[in-house]
Amino acid sequence: MQASDRFNINSQLEHLQAKYVGTGHADLNRFEWAVNIQRDSYASYIGHYPMLAFFAVSENESIGRERYNFMQKMLLPCGMPPEREDD
Amino acid sequence: MYLYNLTLQQATGIVAAINGNFSGSKVQEIVVARGKILSLLRPDDLGKLQTLHSVEIFGAIRSLAQFRLTGAQKDYIVVGSDSGRIVILEYNKEKNVFDKVHQETFGKSGCRRIVPGQYLAIDPKGRAVMIGACEKQKLVYVLNRDTAARLTISSPLEAHKSHTIVYSICGVDCGFDNPIFAAIELDYSEADQDSSGQAANEAQKHLTFYELDLGLNHVSRKWSEQVDNGANMLVTVPGGGDGPSGVLVCAENFVIYKNQGHPDIRAVIPRRADLPAERGVLIVSAATHKQKSMFFFLLQTEYGDIFKVTLVHGDEGVTELKIKYFDTIPVTASMCVLKTGFLFAASEFGNHGLYQFQAIGDEPDVESSSSTLMETEEGFQPVFFQPRGLKNLVRIDQAESLMPIMDMKIANLFEEETPQIFSLCGRGPRSSLRILRPGLAISEMAVSQLPGVPSAVWTVKKNVNDAFDAYIVVSFANATLVLSIGETVEEVSDSGFLDTTPSLAVSLIGDDSLMQVHPNGIRHIREDGRINEWRTPGKRTIVKVGSNGLQVVIALSGGELIYFEVDMTGQLMEVEKHEMSGDVACLDIAPVPEGRQRSRFLAVGSYDNTIRILSLDPDDCMQVLSVQSVSSPPESLLFLEVKASVGGEDGADHPASLFLNAGLQNGVLFRTVVDMVTGQLSDSRSRFLGLRAPKLFSVKVRGRPAMLCLSSRPWLGYIHQGHFLLTPLSYETLEFAASFSSDQCAEGVVAVAGDALRVFTIERLGETFNETAIPLRYTPRKFVLQPKRKLLVIIESDQGSYTAEEREAARKECFEAAGMGENGNGNVDQMENGDDEDKDDPRSDEQYGYPKVESDKWVSCIRVLDPRTATTTCLLELQDNEAAFSVCTVNFHDKEYGTLLAVGTAKGLKFWPKRSLAAGFIHIYRFLEDGKSLELLHKTQVEGVPLALCQFQGRLLAGIGPVLRLYDLGKKRLLRKCENKLFPNTIVTIHTYRDRIYVGDIQESFHFCKYRRDENQLYIFADDVVPRWLTASYHIDFDTMAGADKFGNVYFVRLPQDVSDEIEEDPTGGKIKWEQGRLNGAPNKVEEIVQFHVGDVVTSLQKASLIPGGGECLLYGTVMGSLGALLPFTSRDDVDFFSHLEMHMRQEHPPLCGRDHMAYRSAYFPVKDVIDGDLCEQFPTLPLDLQRKIADELDRTPGEILKKLEEARNKII
Repeated sequence: MQASDRFNINSQLEHLQAKYVGTGHADLNRFEWAVNIQRDSYASYIGHYPMLAFFAVSENESIGRERYNFMQKMLLPCGMPPEREDD
Repeated sequence: MYLYNLTLQQATGIVAAINGNFSGSKVQEIVVARGKILSLLRPDDLGKLQTLHSVEIFGAIRSLAQFRLTGAQKDYIVVGSDSGRIVILEYNKEKNVFDKVHQETFGKSGCRRIVPGQYLAIDPKGRAVMIGACEKQKLVYVLNRDTAARLTISSPLEAHKSHTIVYSICGVDCGFDNPIFAAIELDYSEADQDSSGQAANEAQKHLTFYELDLGLNHVSRKWSEQVDNGANMLVTVPGGGDGPSGVLVCAENFVIYKNQGHPDIRAVIPRRADLPAERGVLIVSAATHKQKSMFFFLLQTEYGDIFKVTLVHGDEGVTELKIKYFDTIPVTASMCVLKTGFLFAASEFGNHGLYQFQAIGDEPDVESSSSTLMETEEGFQPVFFQPRGLKNLVRIDQAESLMPIMDMKIANLFEEETPQIFSLCGRGPRSSLRILRPGLAISEMAVSQLPGVPSAVWTVKKNVNDAFDAYIVVSFANATLVLSIGETVEEVSDSGFLDTTPSLAVSLIGDDSLMQVHPNGIRHIREDGRINEWRTPGKRTIVKVGSNGLQVVIALSGGELIYFEVDMTGQLMEVEKHEMSGDVACLDIAPVPEGRQRSRFLAVGSYDNTIRILSLDPDDCMQVLSVQSVSSPPESLLFLEVKASVGGEDGADHPASLFLNAGLQNGVLFRTVVDMVTGQLSDSRSRFLGLRAPKLFSVKVRGRPAMLCLSSRPWLGYIHQGHFLLTPLSYETLEFAASFSSDQCAEGVVAVAGDALRVFTIERLGETFNETAIPLRYTPRKFVLQPKRKLLVIIESDQGSYTAEEREAARKECFEAAGMGENGNGNVDQMENGDDEDKDDPRSDEQYGYPKVESDKWVSCIRVLDPRTATTTCLLELQDNEAAFSVCTVNFHDKEYGTLLAVGTAKGLKFWPKRSLAAGFIHIYRFLEDGKSLELLHKTQVEGVPLALCQFQGRLLAGIGPVLRLYDLGKKRLLRKCENKLFPNTIVTIHTYRDRIYVGDIQESFHFCKYRRDENQLYIFADDVVPRWLTASYHIDFDTMAGADKFGNVYFVRLPQDVSDEIEEDPTGGKIKWEQGRLNGAPNKVEEIVQFHVGDVVTSLQKASLIPGGGECLLYGTVMGSLGALLPFTSRDDVDFFSHLEMHMRQEHPPLCGRDHMAYRSAYFPVKDVIDGDLCEQFPTLPLDLQRKIADELDRTPGEILKKLEEARNKII
């Protein structure tokens, strides 16, 4: 890699995308975007204990179960990915 | 509008708890995180939990861990929070604070997916800590000691793995080999790419060991193996010399022992017999008990059952894993096994418990073992058990928790001086209505009737060095009664006191003699029984007395003061006389400073509205040192000395200081600082206490001098964690009081009221509220007050439970089965069982929880409750799977039935996989028997869940999904009159005022509507631009609404004045404009005028004034069980002062766990016009020089700042 490449906008973006999960890019499709939002939301619910408790009350489950359910949902938060058109 | 935020009751729920020796002594202590609060608890000798220290950290604590360096005696605390920093704290015993030892930044702040803080794991030997995020990132910090034995922390080592979800991490005990951390990981990268779903089905959780190579300073993935896909938690198994090492993997229905190079040992978790087959059993909390010779684990399931897990191990590793039923207690967030034989159970909802171990589950019970694990075609063979009463644990104390507050209303139903806060708390069988009253709880020890109506009471010791009081002396209008304190309290006549006269004062004087002052003289009773009597000159009588053990001043009628001192031989000698200008209203002598002969100050209150400080020094005896004029004649005076202290119990340094308190006849308590040298008075504060002139008495609280003020209700003034607090006691009006100390009761108070003598102690110091709890049946949802009838109507509903009859039938069946199985020897036992069962009945559900059924089954009831007697006058269980969600009282305009009750219900409501319901209903009930019972008039089917109901112009407004509809009362059903279907999602709140309707949407904040009677039209004329997930709302004024959202923000929106005027003046009511919306909504937009991040989901808002005659503030209750207030500022000066103080506090005193204060309060939206009183109130805990520095910047003295803070608090409570 040439020295100038390090500063070009694309490589900076790539660096960001590698470092921060969920950083978008120009070719991001609707599904990928939604998946990121959902995972971020679940992580936020898990991190904010009062919110977890709020959900636990409304679903009448224990907080531990509620946390586990949210973790499990992080695997496929938006269902199956769409079929890819290329390759 | 500017608001001052103050937390009145700190959060009572617990997020995480750890135990260890944090103060460095052998005492077992517990550190708990309550959301944004970190506190240190200690069970005392009596097994009562005491809070030693509590600090708000202005951030969300997500995880806690403790570690100890090898050979050290003291545990450190590691905090994982939302600050993007790892913080290591040490408890400083001397100053009673948490000291920040290290704070290392590793990422962005906030609870983010890939920023560590969610999980913490400790190397059992205290050499390293791992901090992890939900996804990808894990960092390892090496902990060590430098040459001065201080803790050092390395730079972070990465153990990241991208596209990986982390379920749990823990340290692996491998003795002094390289530290290893274990993690449950799930890789989602393939599932995200594969559209056939095959990869997602095959996605497999892995248990991965990360090894920290201390030599290379590098973390590597050492070992990774597939693990059960239901795995959710890891527990460290002791290793090194103590055990086999490795980890317990808790998975849904299983516990699996795993270690590198070791076969899996798996056992099933026993299931409750009544659990539906499709429900799993998940472990939610774990505790380890480790002794030299053995160890075991206590694992609690999501239903509350605790299992004892033991491992059989030898040279060849673990051969068997046994899971034995231990006991059932309410579901916990964390459990701590203390070395002293206690179990601290931090309940996830409701009160926390401290249990004592009676046994460690050695007796036979239902057990599942890895060696008897049976695999069949349908999977592993389950093991069943039936929960039973506590066998191994016994509860010895509980800590109250309001978590979660579901609804709250403030009203003065009991016609007391201050209103009561009615809050619905808890969940399922542990729910309750709690009535909170501002004030300290007291516990009454004895009440005894006296022969007459006493006027005063004192207690005396026989000797200065005695620990306990010897006599209680009660004065009547013409006699004095002496009671001696021993095993019992009985009347004596050999005490030497004159019993034929009333007394004015009784006290210990000198080292060992007693003094009785009566209207005609002073009686001095020496230790050997000799009696010296001093008589008043002429016909004059003594009216007032002040004394302090070595000095006595009496005031004669007419205004003459006579001053006595105890000389070297113990004689009481007259020293000086002084003529005052008029009658003396009250007097008091300051306590003798340590190491001195006498005190220098005498305070004299006169009827000319002045208080004078006189000198008692021999060289300027009876000289007036200073004069203070007050608003009303003083009735009672008391000097309160605060000894110099460095740190100590309350956490801050204090120079010695002397306060003069005066109770004035207009009911005001006046408090001022006395200069210890010159006697000058400064820094005066006053506070209205009640309708009667406060009488002041000196008492002891935790061994320190405190003040009891008796006005129309009693108050206690004492120092708690660096603050001087003046708090009302929840007790009746008292006439006279004295401190009381005996064998049974070390720090009590004896008081007279009416013709009774009362002995009581003051409990739970430092708390703002005391509570009365009334148990409820299901999770309470909402309630309405009926102020006239003084009744409450509460709706309760629970998802996934059996109805009351089904539960009763199931229980009978089960007890019969158990009775036959266990003791088939006849009816006698069964009868006894039956009796026991009846007694245990209400308790048992509280302990075990309701049995679970399918999630689309609901139980619900409507209850009419008389809070005064705590009796339920009517309880209607809803039938057919209906659940109540909203309630309101409504007066229809035809007035045929008077006030009616409307209840909104849903039948067969399901949230999953899609929100659906069989039907919604609005029930209309009429009140019978003066409101004590209900009768159904009719019910009307509607198409959705009526989540909001409200009376409006003699009709009923209902929010049913996105529809706002106006109903009128018909004979057989409600009649639709008008509706508006244009709301975005679901209506959750409705408030009305005149012809305006304020509608709250679940996701889209407020909509302001108007009803036009002529055209019979409902239309939205204004809405909010910010999507807010409303959880609570309150109507503030015509144009203003207060709301709270799911993310923990409180905000106010206001319709701009010109828009409001325009709408009111427009003959069409803005209707023409309404037809042309703006930004996909209403034509007008409200403005956000206040915004504040509370950091906790606010579930209820209410405007109220908690002090008589005080201004109103907005009170909020939260899910974590805290109560707070937002007080509007009335002057611009105060706003300036507090915003500058807040700014300096932010700079000089950043929050403990590394979150930036401003960023925290602006977590979702920038904070607007709210000053954080919780931060300002940390000012007294700062070091003195820092206090002075901030005060200088503000052009004030630290005293003035404290006064301001106190004033602000006193305006609220």
